[in-house]
Amino acid sequence: MLRIEDLRVEIGGKAVLQNVNLHIPAGETHILFGPNGSGKTSLMLTIMGYSNYKVTRGRITFKGEDITYLPIHERARLGIGVSFQRPPTINGLSLRKMVEICSSDREANVDHLAEQVNLSSFLERDVNANLSGGEIKRSELLQLSAQQPDLVLLDEPESGVDLENIALLGESINALLNRGVKRSGSDVHKGMMQKRSKSALVITHTGHILDYITADRGQVLNNGVMQCSQNAREILKWIREYGYQECMTCTN
Amino acid sequence: MYKLDSNGEVNPKDFSTEAESHDYIEDLAQIDGSDTAEFENVGVETDDSNRSATFILKDLSVVHCKSKQEGIEVLKITEAMDKYDWLKDYMWKDISPEKDIYTQQASESPGEGFFIRAEKGVVSKRPVQTCLHISKEGFAQNVHNIVIVEEGAELHVIAGCSTARHAERGLHIGVSEFYVKKGATLKYTMVHDWGEKIFVRPRTVTHVDEGGVYISNYISMKPVGSLQMNPITYLDGKDSIARFNSVLVAAGGTDMDTGSVVVLGAENARAEIISRAITTGGNIIARGSIIGNVPGVRGHLECKGLILNDGLLHAIPELEAHAPNVEMSHEAAVGKIDQREIEYLMARGLDEDEAISTIVRGFLNVDIEGLPPSLVRKLDRVIADTQDDMM
Ligand SMILES: Nc1ncnc2c1ncn2[C@@H]1O[C@H](COP(=O)(O)OP(=O)(O)OP(=O)(O)O)[C@@H](O)[C@H]1O
Ligand SMILES: [Mg+2]
Repeated sequence: MLRIEDLRVEIGGKAVLQNVNLHIPAGETHILFGPNGSGKTSLMLTIMGYSNYKVTRGRITFKGEDITYLPIHERARLGIGVSFQRPPTINGLSLRKMVEICSSDREANVDHLAEQVNLSSFLERDVNANLSGGEIKRSELLQLSAQQPDLVLLDEPESGVDLENIALLGESINALLNRGVKRSGSDVHKGMMQKRSKSALVITHTGHILDYITADRGQVLNNGVMQCSQNAREILKWIREYGYQECMTCTN
Repeated sequence: MYKLDSNGEVNPKDFSTEAESHDYIEDLAQIDGSDTAEFENVGVETDDSNRSATFILKDLSVVHCKSKQEGIEVLKITEAMDKYDWLKDYMWKDISPEKDIYTQQASESPGEGFFIRAEKGVVSKRPVQTCLHISKEGFAQNVHNIVIVEEGAELHVIAGCSTARHAERGLHIGVSEFYVKKGATLKYTMVHDWGEKIFVRPRTVTHVDEGGVYISNYISMKPVGSLQMNPITYLDGKDSIARFNSVLVAAGGTDMDTGSVVVLGAENARAEIISRAITTGGNIIARGSIIGNVPGVRGHLECKGLILNDGLLHAIPELEAHAPNVEMSHEAAVGKIDQREIEYLMARGLDEDEAISTIVRGFLNVDIEGLPPSLVRKLDRVIADTQDDMM
């Protein structure tokens, strides 16, 4: 689904990502760990095509197509969607309009979708205006649920979300990924899921979201370099026990 | 000829105050096709089923003047002056003919204008529409309007001003005096659609009595050679309210100097002045002034501007307090569209042009109460045009 090779990215002449390799096969959910400022958000915005992030080496392919220099909206239309960490407010544009924009020409029942993430009363307000941290996460998910991307990029979907809403959020994410309820299904079931479920890259610091979604793999980004790739829970355990310092010395 | 002098003034004497007369049209549907289109551009509907009354002035001639609702009176101003002796007390009450060269011209060679009065307690079921139209090349249209909303009445006026496509140069001088009596409401939606060589000088004063509400919406999105106006509203009565919403779009060749002055002169008077200005090459001076003369009044000014490619935007918000315990504030911001907003929308699937027009539409989306659907559609069209200007 997504393949990143030897990627180097600069912001204003300063390298934020160097030599990043990443492969997310169709239907897999990968977790991205890494200390503050290590370049996680930068990686997501580079995948999405944000103009601040200049690719100076390497390439990004999505569904077999080289998208390294494609404009943002074409990537969106190809099926990439991001839940942003700090989305801007757009004055005079209601959340309802925004969700309609996301759904493009797909049928979307905005009221129903909003109800599912507890945002019904926010639909007529300007998108992101004066939202709390947790409300922003839900608003972003609401937009994605209308956008229906094949590759979902979630930037810290659970940070700032209270315990009650985190379960709701987990459910929405699973719905978004076509993962249904979280359980290890039979082989037949698995086969079906493989065909139908979406791919995802999820940034998390706490790992709380792992209680709700199934992660196929974890990666650690450190100072712009992809450090390791293995089972997400293993990584989380390491980070919890030894911190990123130890993680860095690991050469897996 | 027809040039602004160094003070930004144009000489009214350079224009003709004479024009051939146009026939009265009994049935709005009979109006000439090209006129119809121009009237509709400024909110006038020739199917008047959604209007309580209609007044149309073409050059010097009133071509239509009719009210369909009892208690809502619409007359030519000359006729009203003959009919009501008391009306002279409302004429030139707080605008002196000596104010400037334009008021001088308006008093020396008075033209027509409208008189609209909502009788005590009468609520206009539908808006009253007026249109002041210039069709003669080089014509100076002098207009005097009076609107009186009597005690407890409610009136919505959609006031359009336009120029025929074939008339390049012209001058419009409009002296308007509005009176909102005790507990009355006047909503006045003004739509201007002039031309690149039209000079426009409205001079307006409004008085609002106790508990009265005056809502003024102003929309000017088409090029205008030179527009200069700064209407004054006096909130004379306790608990009176004034709200102003302006949407200004200035393409190249446009020169606008517009604003609103509100004088808070009674206990608990409140005012809000909101403007949104976009330039794609023209000049906009957006003024706003709130003057607090007694304790316990409140006012807020909000002036936001976008420069989309070129042009001048000069926001001049002013607050003046002459008494203790007033609450007055202002907010002004001038800038360009935030790249992060564009990219956010692109990440949701819009291309760059669509993203920009979505942001522009949102920017102009001040809550203009009761804007008729035809005007909402026009707003959308202009936003699309504005974008073409930018590219
Ligand atoms: N627009 C920008 N301009 C300048 N520097 C930037 C910009 N965006 C990110 N950076 C810098 O790039 C580095 C990586 O930032 P990034 O936001 O990708 O980190 P992160 O891993 O997402 O951190 P966090 O966990 O705190 O969200 C940081 O040093 C940051 O300051
Ligand atoms: Mg981040």
